[in-house]
Amino acid sequence: MELTQTDRFALRQRAEGILTVTPETHLGKSARQFIRQPASLVGIFIVACYLVLALLGDHIAPYPYTEQHLADILQPPSTRYIFGTDQFGRDIFSRVIVGSRSILILACSATLLALLLGVVMGVTAGYAGGLWDELIMRLVDVLLSFPALLLALLVVGIMGSDLIYLVLTIGVVFAPAIARVVRSVVLDIKTKTYVEAALAVGATTTRIALRHILPNAMGTIGVEASIYFGYVILIGAGLGFLGLGVQPPSPDWGLQVNEGRVYILTAPWVVAFPALAISSLVVGMNLLADSLTGENAA
Amino acid sequence: MGGFLLRRLLLMLLILALVSLLIFVVTEVLPGDTANMILKQRATPEALTALRARMGLDRPSHVRYLAWVGGILRGDWGESLFLNLPVGPLLAQRLRNTALLALLASLFGIPLGIGLGVAAAVGRGRWPDMIVTVTTLFAVSLPEFVTATFLIIVFSTWLHWLPAASLIDPAANPLLSVQFLILPTLALTLGLLAHIARHTRGSLIGVLSSDYIRTARSKGMTSRIILVRHALRNALLPTISVIALNVGYLFGSAVLIESVFAYPGLGRLMLQAISNRDIPLLQAVVLVVAAIYALANLGADLLYRWLNPRIRYI
Repeated sequence: MELTQTDRFALRQRAEGILTVTPETHLGKSARQFIRQPASLVGIFIVACYLVLALLGDHIAPYPYTEQHLADILQPPSTRYIFGTDQFGRDIFSRVIVGSRSILILACSATLLALLLGVVMGVTAGYAGGLWDELIMRLVDVLLSFPALLLALLVVGIMGSDLIYLVLTIGVVFAPAIARVVRSVVLDIKTKTYVEAALAVGATTTRIALRHILPNAMGTIGVEASIYFGYVILIGAGLGFLGLGVQPPSPDWGLQVNEGRVYILTAPWVVAFPALAISSLVVGMNLLADSLTGENAA
Repeated sequence: MGGFLLRRLLLMLLILALVSLLIFVVTEVLPGDTANMILKQRATPEALTALRARMGLDRPSHVRYLAWVGGILRGDWGESLFLNLPVGPLLAQRLRNTALLALLASLFGIPLGIGLGVAAAVGRGRWPDMIVTVTTLFAVSLPEFVTATFLIIVFSTWLHWLPAASLIDPAANPLLSVQFLILPTLALTLGLLAHIARHTRGSLIGVLSSDYIRTARSKGMTSRIILVRHALRNALLPTISVIALNVGYLFGSAVLIESVFAYPGLGRLMLQAISNRDIPLLQAVVLVVAAIYALANLGADLLYRWLNPRIRYI
């Protein structure tokens, strides 16, 4: 019996409807379910706070971040200086607030670049296979031959700590790691029956890649994004700690921690608040991304 | 398998050749050449020309690249400009120190991380999961230099149990002074462990909710057998690439941790090379780290293939 076009369409829809498995770790979860989790609420709250600080920091900070109160050097937290003052008598609260801008700009742009490159490389390599896969994966191998921080160190140490170099380096550094994990998941999904079924009902390569493989790889991509977003912040802070981040007197959380280590016994707040800022921002990012991928759903 | 291994080894050599080229090109971009670095203020045009001719720096780039690679293949890694020492032995010594840290961290971090991840996924939503999820979340969110500083405050300044800085002779056997190793190892292990635990948990939860596990359960298999025979094999696949990537994480974090504890390892050597513009040393350090990393990736691919025969590499 010859199938009509409509029959074929109906059959295809049914086949896909039945066979497309939607795992729990799916990004297309309803917004309501996402909002309902307390962990994601905490994450949203933390990240939103830092976003506001990054945008309006200059207006919120009680003092200009470079202003030196020479009579109030290394003062403990008080009503006048909420987080205390540093070795130059600068208000730590103001410096922490203003320091959020550079790190967020860096983190957002570098992660987006890395995700874009990584997902495209991973999905095409894993799905297409053959020469393309070999080419992409060897490129990934070369890029992955350096640990991220070391490559960033090499480039920034040589080219200087410009934001554009930092974004390009970190974006390119993390793309292959994402590509590799995405590819391994795609390879696994490729062997699943529902992909075979979609192929059998005549779905095009693009359709299978976009409608079957990508949605099922989203859980992994989300976990990767969550970890790498935090990583970019950690690498930015690490470079700052080593003196290769944003240059003084502009505030940099990592550099603040490094400079404050000398006073750790007498004035622990100099280290504590910038360290707390880095950690809480990364915790917030991780909570947010975890709930997006359903990691926290009990 | 033999053919596959041979092909991958050849590819690895090709990759290292590309990496060495990349390193050479990047360091060529540096302002001022080696002759400038050596002579500093005494760099008159005549002195520069003479020294360049003596060191062979007046030759074209590709000749110098080939000479550099040739030297490495013969075991001659050149001489550090700043430390005035041959690079080879210096590198071997610092590599041993960093490798020891990385090895100790992996020894504790990998099994513990997988164990905690499995425990959390199996007890999903109950207290073991809560504890593992929350603590690993904080562990991956704290920068290594913050963890390291925190460990120094607790164990050195408060408790006086362990020294704050690893003031050891770089040439001495670090195992003879274990008290200097504990804090750096601890700082390195925490991050590794948390990262692996998070990945294992996520991946195992995904696998446990799949159809074939439900089938196994409805056949009446015990949870233990389902976990060991069916779930773990698939769930640990992504974890393997995570572990391979973590070799890089270990060497990267080592830079920060070695800098906090003043531990004489490869990371600190690289920082010194960057700040002193010590090009021969910098090139050598980066190449060595790249080689270690390439080996780790090859290992991961072999393990991957062994565990999942469905995957065929060309």
